[in-house]
Amino acid sequence: MTIEHHPGDELLLAYGAGTLDEATSLLVATHLALCPRCRRRLDLAESIGGEWMNRTRANGTVDETGIDSAMAFAPEDDEPAGPATAGSGPFLFPQPLRGYAGGDAADLGWRAVGGGIRQVRLKTRGKGAKARLLSIAAGTRVPEHSHGGEELTLVLAGSLYDRGKWYRRGDVDAADASVVHRPAAGPEQDCICLAAADARLKFSGVIPRLLQPLHGF
Amino acid sequence: MGRVIRNAVRSVQWGMEKTGNVLGFRRRGPTRGTAVADSATAGAPNPGTGPSRHSADERTLSARIEAVAERSDTAAFAELFRHFAPRVRAYLLRGGGDAGQADDVVQDTFATVWRKARLYDRRRATAAAWIFAIARNRRIDVYRRERRPEFDPRDPAFQPDPLPDGERALTAVQRAEAVRKALNTLSEEQRDVLRLAFYEGETYAAIAVRLGIPLGTVKSRARLAFGHLRAALEARREALT
Ligand SMILES: [Zn+2]
Repeated sequence: MTIEHHPGDELLLAYGAGTLDEATSLLVATHLALCPRCRRRLDLAESIGGEWMNRTRANGTVDETGIDSAMAFAPEDDEPAGPATAGSGPFLFPQPLRGYAGGDAADLGWRAVGGGIRQVRLKTRGKGAKARLLSIAAGTRVPEHSHGGEELTLVLAGSLYDRGKWYRRGDVDAADASVVHRPAAGPEQDCICLAAADARLKFSGVIPRLLQPLHGF
Repeated sequence: MGRVIRNAVRSVQWGMEKTGNVLGFRRRGPTRGTAVADSATAGAPNPGTGPSRHSADERTLSARIEAVAERSDTAAFAELFRHFAPRVRAYLLRGGGDAGQADDVVQDTFATVWRKARLYDRRRATAAAWIFAIARNRRIDVYRRERRPEFDPRDPAFQPDPLPDGERALTAVQRAEAVRKALNTLSEEQRDVLRLAFYEGETYAAIAVRLGIPLGTVKSRARLAFGHLRAALEARREALT
């Protein structure tokens, strides 16, 4: 697997700093599970955090009884020895996505939203982007739309064509608020992807009335 | 983010589920306090402290985490606590928490250090970077009541790094040295963005408001800063080969 389209460095940095909303973090973390190149960049980002902590001049005191209570209150190592999840795969969804979705692609209750598109909404907390899984029938185009903010799409199966480029498993397609696009699934199989968008899609043109169900996005 | 949810700790399901140890950590008021004298020496950039001293310190700190992992070494753990707890607490307070909440998260962070020490890998991270990442995650759980999605290297769908460890460009300590130097050569504008993001936990949108500049400018400064650090790492790697 060769990943060609990575999340921007500003996203990897913000994931390292811990400032992304949960839905966007989920998408970045799922990409990281598939992408050693970006994990090396994350290591760098976290070393920036460590360096900043080193530069801190600690003021005040910290209660030393914390030493004993940290050891006392810490439960026994709760990490299972083997793989963290049931089943051995092969899985289409790496962690953390599989946990959020409650299973792999085949296990989910996909809901048709019209136009050959099915979706599963994922539960994330906090403000900001919402995450959803999309399954776009082979060869289908998503209706033309733009976004109130940035939309990130991580391809997990099949391929997606958008604005002159192909995106395949592990690739991230980023579209900011200025982009109006109509991505299409490649012809070979249904395209399954994870999308995180920080506002509702805005459909354009005369067709949208027919695609009302998509407003459930 | 940056909004402080007061008294969140006790109602946070996540904190409870994941650690089961949040209750009982709140300890207000003066008790047996440790003045942290050694922290001042590791403070802001100081020409008098060369990289070799830092590296020795970092290897010692890494060894302490390993001692906790290998033999539940309580003395090593106490040293880690004394060194890092004041820094973690300062980090949490910068991020907008009140003192009681910060103390809770410090406790939570070090309970995690004790429990997960065996997951520490000195090839990947210095002690400071590893503990930063734990504190960051605990902060997200407790302050923002959100989960922190992370990949799991034990997951069968995880894509391992094809590069053998030996070929990894730099050790974590060498990387930290390069980062330390490179941070000092960033433009002030770029350094500010990194500081606000990493140290104060501000989103790019919040940084844009705070600095009175467009969001796109904040992101491009972040990208430029990261590019500068990556170039510094690359130069370091070439110098070593
Ligand atoms: Zn990548």
